[in-house]
Amino acid sequence: MIPASFTYTRAGSVKDALDLAAKHGEDAKFLAGGHSLLPLMKLRLAMPEILIDIGRIPALSYIEDRADHVAIGAMTRHHDLETSGLLARELPLLAHAAGQVGDPQVRHRGTIGGAIAHGDPASDLPAVIVALDATLVARGPAGERAIAAGEFFRSLFETALAPDELLTEIRVPKPASPGWSFQKFTKRAIDWAIVGVAVQGSSIALVNMGPAPLRAGATERALAGGASPREAAALAAEGTSPPADNNATAAYREHLARVLVRRALEEAGSRG
Amino acid sequence: MKVTVTVNGTEVGAEVEDRMLLVHFLRDAAGLTATNVGCDTTSCGACTVLLDGESVKSCTVLAAQADGSEVTTVEGLSDANGEMHPVQRAFRQEHGLQCGFCTPGMVMAIVSLLRENPQPTEEQVRAGLEGNLCRCTGYHNIVKAALAAAGTDAG
Repeated sequence: MIPASFTYTRAGSVKDALDLAAKHGEDAKFLAGGHSLLPLMKLRLAMPEILIDIGRIPALSYIEDRADHVAIGAMTRHHDLETSGLLARELPLLAHAAGQVGDPQVRHRGTIGGAIAHGDPASDLPAVIVALDATLVARGPAGERAIAAGEFFRSLFETALAPDELLTEIRVPKPASPGWSFQKFTKRAIDWAIVGVAVQGSSIALVNMGPAPLRAGATERALAGGASPREAAALAAEGTSPPADNNATAAYREHLARVLVRRALEEAGSRG
Repeated sequence: MKVTVTVNGTEVGAEVEDRMLLVHFLRDAAGLTATNVGCDTTSCGACTVLLDGESVKSCTVLAAQADGSEVTTVEGLSDANGEMHPVQRAFRQEHGLQCGFCTPGMVMAIVSLLRENPQPTEEQVRAGLEGNLCRCTGYHNIVKAALAAAGTDAG
């Protein structure tokens, strides 16, 4: 399978990328690691006329300790996240979940910023950064702005980013509560999650239980009110709108959410 | 556009379409056909090569993205005397292939795995091969081959 014709351009810097985006408007798309975009282009589900390759901007690949948070450049690859000593120490949920994305080859190419900006609700890292209450930094012609992860994901493949904005950095606060868990249910190791759950402390986010990653609010409130993990997990599907597809019915996903949230809370509790 | 990639130590330059995939660059421009196109959907790993030393699925990388980089295919593993790479020898020794279609990708995935983790456990080998499918289901001997190659100068 071969993508429809497009013109390839490579940005050498963030400014370069923004200039190219401003010049080409909605005909252009940013290309990061390409492991979400290129498969869609091969299926002709995406047909941008211009690709702006931002995968080789060195200034966008870093993991930095900044006292109360860790700052991660948007072009940092999953492989770099899963093998980072800093993340293993400060944000083990993110390091572990990054190591569950796709397979080793995918993790050598795919980037955290690409996965987030793509806005696929079946993707692992969006829910993880929602559970971690991260802040996303975007740069555009008007300058830089910060967007809370909880407000970033709008709907299926739809985010708060404007077409001429580039996601540059992910700022993840160091968790106040150490218990964490990531549960991912798949048929094959390399598949997208049928349902996934990310837990950090008392914060719970769900993968593939709606058109965007979402918090298991009813469970969080029940826990805050003193319910046991088992009792609270029974409420995990409340307020969700899971898709039905050839992997699972919506009812099956609701069941999975309850089971996986219980497992996640128990595992997080054992680490807390 | 003009794309230049150092493939197995030799510079290969070609005028290609912007949309050309790396696997087609390797097969058609560089003339190296050991790298197979299997599923063409980033699933099976038959097209795995090393890009700047790390395993990637060359059906999901544009040739343009690899411009200026170094690529190693299974043809580039043997040494100057034509001696097979330790991972290739281990595949022969452990009967790590049946039909052979997945083998180039499997070998390259294992070379990359052993560079990152020279002494993997069996579980780590199995996890490290998540991105490679064998339709003959010959996984057991492939894992044995990876473990046999570990600890040699396989990287």
